[in-house]
Amino acid sequence: MAAGSPLTQRQVSAEIAEAHRATAAAVAAGAPAPHHPPRDFAPYRSTVLRHPHRPPLPLADPDAAELHGPVFGRTDVTELDGDLTRQHPGEPLGERITVTGRVRDRRGRPVRGQLVELWQANAAGRYAHPCDRHPAPLDPNFTGAGRCLTDDDGAYRFTTVRPGAYPWRNHENAWRPAHLHFSFFGSAFTQRLVTQMYFPGDPLFPHDPILQSVTDPAARARLVAAYDPALSVPEWSLGYRWDVVLDGPAATWAEPGEAAR
Amino acid sequence: MEPPTPSQTVGPFYGHALPFPGGGEVAPAGHPDTVTVHGRVYDGAGEPVPDALLECWQADPGGSPAGRPGSLRRDPAAGGLTGPGGADFTGFARVATDADGHWSVRTLPPPAARPYLAVCVFARGLTRHLYTRAYLGAPPAGDPVARLPRELRATLLAHAEGDRTYRFDVHLQGGKETVFLDIRALPGPR
Repeated sequence: MAAGSPLTQRQVSAEIAEAHRATAAAVAAGAPAPHHPPRDFAPYRSTVLRHPHRPPLPLADPDAAELHGPVFGRTDVTELDGDLTRQHPGEPLGERITVTGRVRDRRGRPVRGQLVELWQANAAGRYAHPCDRHPAPLDPNFTGAGRCLTDDDGAYRFTTVRPGAYPWRNHENAWRPAHLHFSFFGSAFTQRLVTQMYFPGDPLFPHDPILQSVTDPAARARLVAAYDPALSVPEWSLGYRWDVVLDGPAATWAEPGEAAR
Repeated sequence: MEPPTPSQTVGPFYGHALPFPGGGEVAPAGHPDTVTVHGRVYDGAGEPVPDALLECWQADPGGSPAGRPGSLRRDPAAGGLTGPGGADFTGFARVATDADGHWSVRTLPPPAARPYLAVCVFARGLTRHLYTRAYLGAPPAGDPVARLPRELRATLLAHAEGDRTYRFDVHLQGGKETVFLDIRALPGPR
């Protein structure tokens, strides 16, 4: 990364295009499509000094503590915690939304009773975080953090407001598309997932090195929610559906008589 | 097999959402067996990482890896989170690094059969979290970590620092790079 003048969008976009071409060529040559972003993805500058040079070491350990995981329950989360619009005396500004979906493992089984956490910027694109210096207004009626437990179908549900886009310093005129940050737990610690949900049709998508760090287009599409009028609440909120599949072996991954796949 | 949802970085602004009071206090208050596990997270230039988030997970001292609820504990009367601090050992810690890249967890010793804290590292600039292990004692004979080459295994061993205190540094990149793990239930490709 050269000192002096900041990188331009054109330079970053060229690097993104090159990474996407490399993935497409590998898939065309028979490699499986990568589900997750590479940890070494230079268009997202902060990865440069923070990605390990060695790939993670495969460790077959049927007794691993990581095949179990933390549990959360009614002492940890209340019904109110999934509504980010009711945490203050007044109503937050912005477009009220309902976001819901199902969490499943890779075999399609619902992930039941597990913790889901959501955090986000407010409608103006500002986080209620002391380090966010973006000169957009804070909203005294919006903190932007919530949590819920998945139900017996693996479903989660939040009420919140649609966040705004915001600038960041990755390169000149870098703006993040509107997104919700999510954290998921499965029945095993190996299923842990932290990711971001995006809103359909955002013109910032092709320019954003964080979304584009997912180099396979089908995988990228899985980060974008669908607008679903059936989920909209009349005269109240716009509905979005976003289903999630957790990677990694589940606690019940190796069942008797089952092959290793 | 369903294709999984891709990972994305935790970003820099999780601080108002993910940390919770007592996130590093896994041991019940005043428990005589409490150990402190602490260390720093470094980047490839050897600089401390001031915005990493670490989660630790372990079996309880009796050997059960089942965990218990109550890490966050919502105060039903006043609202807000109180953190664990009760009698139950949940097995789960979540701590953010400070400006020096330092983190600290107070917990009970993991059992001899699984003598480690599973450590999951999140950070701005990490597109996907990383798993490693902090062993507070030697890996037992049946543990696949015991069969790793010595120089790889060494990065997984926490160093005893006097009485009931262990140091475990995480080097994300470079010559001292920590061994990160892709843990599987079975051998072979996932």
